[in-house]
Amino acid sequence: MMHEGAKAVLNPPDAPAKGKSKKLLKKIARNWQLYIFMAPALLTVIIFNYVPMYGIQIAFKNYVPAFGMAGSKWVGFDHFTRFFESYYFWDLIWNTLSISLYGLLVGFPLPILLALAFNEIRTGPFKKTVQTVTYAPHFISMVVMAGMIITFLTPSTGMIINLLEAVGITPPAFLTDPRWFKTVYVLSDVWQATGWGTIIYLAALTAVDPGLHEAAILDGASRLQRIRHINFPVIIPTITILLILNMGGLLGVGYEKILLLQNPLNMEASDVIATSVYRTGLLEAQYSYSTAVGLFNSVVNAILLIVVNQVVRRTSENSLW
Amino acid sequence: MISSIKETKQDKIFLVFVYLLLTAALIVVAYPLIYILSASISNPTIVAAGQMWLLPKDITFEGYRRVFQDSSIWNGYLNTIIYTVVGTLVNLIVTLPAAYALSRRDFVGRNLFMILFIVTMFFGGGLVPTYLVVRSLGLVDSMWALILPGATSVWNLIVCRTFFQSSIPRELQEAAEIDGCSNFRLYFRIVLPLSTALIAVMALFFGVGHWNNYFSAMIYLNQQEKYPLQLVLRQILVLQQMSAQAGTVDASMATSLNNKAEVAALVKYAVIIVATLPIIAVYPFLQRYFVQGVMIGSVKG
Repeated sequence: MMHEGAKAVLNPPDAPAKGKSKKLLKKIARNWQLYIFMAPALLTVIIFNYVPMYGIQIAFKNYVPAFGMAGSKWVGFDHFTRFFESYYFWDLIWNTLSISLYGLLVGFPLPILLALAFNEIRTGPFKKTVQTVTYAPHFISMVVMAGMIITFLTPSTGMIINLLEAVGITPPAFLTDPRWFKTVYVLSDVWQATGWGTIIYLAALTAVDPGLHEAAILDGASRLQRIRHINFPVIIPTITILLILNMGGLLGVGYEKILLLQNPLNMEASDVIATSVYRTGLLEAQYSYSTAVGLFNSVVNAILLIVVNQVVRRTSENSLW
Repeated sequence: MISSIKETKQDKIFLVFVYLLLTAALIVVAYPLIYILSASISNPTIVAAGQMWLLPKDITFEGYRRVFQDSSIWNGYLNTIIYTVVGTLVNLIVTLPAAYALSRRDFVGRNLFMILFIVTMFFGGGLVPTYLVVRSLGLVDSMWALILPGATSVWNLIVCRTFFQSSIPRELQEAAEIDGCSNFRLYFRIVLPLSTALIAVMALFFGVGHWNNYFSAMIYLNQQEKYPLQLVLRQILVLQQMSAQAGTVDASMATSLNNKAEVAALVKYAVIIVATLPIIAVYPFLQRYFVQGVMIGSVKG
């Protein structure tokens, strides 16, 4: 399907130079096997990514499975207005944004700091051990992570609870008090992701010219000064790109973990747009409404990404496009 | 190196702080992991009372015994192994050839295809429309619902394409072409053998993804006997439906294990170890590949 489409685009029937189009056809024919290489990937992406995009239309309809997508009635923006006017709309927006921003504020600088620290010490058993251990939590599954959080924070028996009691602090009800949900979520993320997050910065730091350091040492620059004026500038492009990507994902918090940590008592702080899409869509089968909420989410995400990228492009040379 | 000769006092103090920071990171990350390992073989009453801090106390293997007796865990394990192996193979079969085709400059239409792939990274149909497509294909309650929708990972596709572009010499391909070598032969005889590191990295990334995935299993699988390990774990660790009374306790343990909640906690620690061990155990040996994978991906930013 796309194969022919591509040909059509590349070989417009009224191509000015006939010889050129013939050459192109020859090129395509010679590499026909490459199109077979493409076919499975293209097919799965069309079926599981593009067909669902066509299905977004149910956000503007009252989708009834028995009538099918085409047979369901158009309702315009009804589902959207219902969502915007619902009493929990601002709660959802606030929870989604605050969890993301909180996570970004705490979680974003730490891998940079840790990577710069790794870069200061010589390669050896100590460095290797710290790296291996701090990378490891990346491979712990979401479910096990949630299980660890719940076990450690269980009142009176959990490890962290016992630890706090040992130093004389009365532990709050981490799991059920809505005021603690976001902190638990963000800090556990930091624990799991900081080590792994250093890799990309360490890769960028390998580009630092050792000659610069030698020259700076001769000029009497301290380690801290060299980090600030030599190492840090090298990773700024990486930082900028990751920051843009993160900002673009502000409304896309890791709902898979939130879903696992959610309970009726912390709901007022833990319900985000994505979890509400899951609940209304798949558990309550309000297909159209849930699709509308999801569409709102992805459109805002796309806009955020474009705006942030635009702002960054105005102020620096590093941007996604 | 010059730096070691000219280390000033100020720099030495700074370095001490760096080591302190890294040691702190090491402890903060390692402690919970060691704690779980120790708690999984300690007397649960002591653990619950907060008297086990680092090393196991009053060692018992009751937790593991119960985990291994639980047929749903075994069944989940088996399912996860099947889903991971088949899923990873499908990922590789779909992603690698496409990435290779896209790496070829003489591949007409590569830019168009690339755009088609990249768009899906930033915009998608969303949860419900995707669910409806999977359902209309009759994939609900089938293992393919966990494998086919994510068969093409666009991110990994780009990583692979970058690798092929930068690591397979173009001259080699041109020479093979002049010798009348077909693209199939070129790919299987020359490109793939030169890309073993990439294949290893990709297999690991995809494999870990399948092993740890719970969400698509949760939405697409209804039959309990098809549940992968992560869904079984969710019931035990999160929904807390593990019945502490399952299995018999021998007489000597009976007195010390009278508290059901404590036994349930013991089982939780054991099950975390059993579920995570395969990955954590192989990971240090494969760390190089994982790190390489991230590096290849970051080259083109």
